[in-house]
Amino acid sequence: MTGWDRFAETFFNAKVMAKYLPDILYGMVVTIELAVLIILSGLFAGLVLALIRSLGVRPLNWLIIFIVDLFRSLPPLVIIVLIYFGLPAAGASPSGFVSTWISLALVLMAFAEEIFWAGITSVPRGQWEAARSTGLSFVQTLLEVVLPQALRLTIAPLTNRTIAITKGTALGTVVAVTEILGQASSAMSNSYNPSPLMMGATAYLVLFLPVVVAARWIETRFAWKR
Amino acid sequence: MIVSAKDIHKHFGALHVLKGVDLDVAERELVFVIGPSGSGKSTLLRCLNRLERPTSGSVRVDGIDMLAPSTDINHARQRIGMVFQSFNLYPHMTALGNVTLALRKVAGKSRAEADVLGQAALERVGLADRASHRPAELSGGQQQRVAIARAIALEPRVMLFDEPTSALDPELVGSVLAVMRSLRESGMTMIVVSHEMGFARAAADRVVFMDDGLIVEQGPPAAIFEHPTHERTRAFIGQIQRH
Ligand SMILES: Nc1ncnc2c1ncn2[C@@H]1O[C@H](COP(=O)(O)OP(=O)(O)O)[C@@H](O)[C@H]1O
Ligand SMILES: [Mg+2]
Repeated sequence: MTGWDRFAETFFNAKVMAKYLPDILYGMVVTIELAVLIILSGLFAGLVLALIRSLGVRPLNWLIIFIVDLFRSLPPLVIIVLIYFGLPAAGASPSGFVSTWISLALVLMAFAEEIFWAGITSVPRGQWEAARSTGLSFVQTLLEVVLPQALRLTIAPLTNRTIAITKGTALGTVVAVTEILGQASSAMSNSYNPSPLMMGATAYLVLFLPVVVAARWIETRFAWKR
Repeated sequence: MIVSAKDIHKHFGALHVLKGVDLDVAERELVFVIGPSGSGKSTLLRCLNRLERPTSGSVRVDGIDMLAPSTDINHARQRIGMVFQSFNLYPHMTALGNVTLALRKVAGKSRAEADVLGQAALERVGLADRASHRPAELSGGQQQRVAIARAIALEPRVMLFDEPTSALDPELVGSVLAVMRSLRESGMTMIVVSHEMGFARAAADRVVFMDDGLIVEQGPPAAIFEHPTHERTRAFIGQIQRH
């Protein structure tokens, strides 16, 4: 046996890979479900917080800033563990899936709020004044005039941040979520072979590489046009 | 009086910017406001449509008490068009979109009605053929004319202009002044803050000189420009005429 054969036998073992392929595919489905839920709820909550913040109610803004800074400071894994092991003490016992979803959605919410807020404040004051001078209400001005301009500025940073946080679904393994990494590592310990891990890595690439490439395209496209 | 502002004071924190300004404007009158930078001209205009809330005083426009809590300010502002130095067009909308937004959202017109009225307003400023252009595709003079169309489309009773030509290259100023003159000829009541003395001489009924938060002197253009009675007016007019 050559060194290369030994390497292939260890990391790309066909028999092992065939056996655990269904598990990895199942893990991909779970990862996709988690990612979609995190992105939808995290971005939505972040946008809502930014819109509330634009109302300029002082105590409310302090609360928002506190929440946002909290979830930007805590490592996502710490939040997951706190929710999964901490909440049962408070009477609720979320599954690992739900714990991971909530935790990463909160983190995405926090970063998205800051990005949306930066977008909203970067729209010149003159836009507000022109719209208000024609009789548009505060909310109409925000939705019709300011937000469309703000969103265009936020697309690039938002995509990057969303990808970074969504990859954190792999942290769900720690609380027994059967997503890609969880499936791969339990397959690895059952088969005494690291091939499933290589399949897991491939699965992540299949999922995220197209998104990263799309993000790069979005970034250049929106950087030119104004 | 279509505009009647009485004893307007405005403070920004410790800064006392308007120190008791009275301004009455009759229907169809064109009042031209001059004064050194920082004298409070913009703040005065912005108090008239409540973009700034005066610290004290009263403002009535077309019979509406602009400062009363019961006044529907968004409804009242439809009667007061405003044009800004920096145009402030919405960059993500076409010229027609800029003009029709408030027609649809405030005046409650359908999209079809708003498009007809918006197109007519663009026609009045000579830009009917630019309806589908974005602001970035228009010259500064064209942008300012779209901004004027955006205001007049709502059929306001009075128009406020805050240095409408100050941000324009000299060769583009004329087209904007021409639109303002035709607006004037149509009988629009106008309050214009500007340094365009030629326009003031030709079109203004009254020139108001402001300094340090107060109206120092006012009268017909010829009187203010040729025979100012106050030393500060004389100094200011001497200064701008040397330019
Ligand atoms: N929003 C604001 N906050 C604080 N100070 C302001 C504000 N707007 C205007 N000022 C101040 O009020 C004074 C008058 O300004 P302005 O009305 O713009 O003068 P003008 O238009 O005659 O140049 C200036 O000293 C300016 O710095
Ligand atoms: Mg000014």
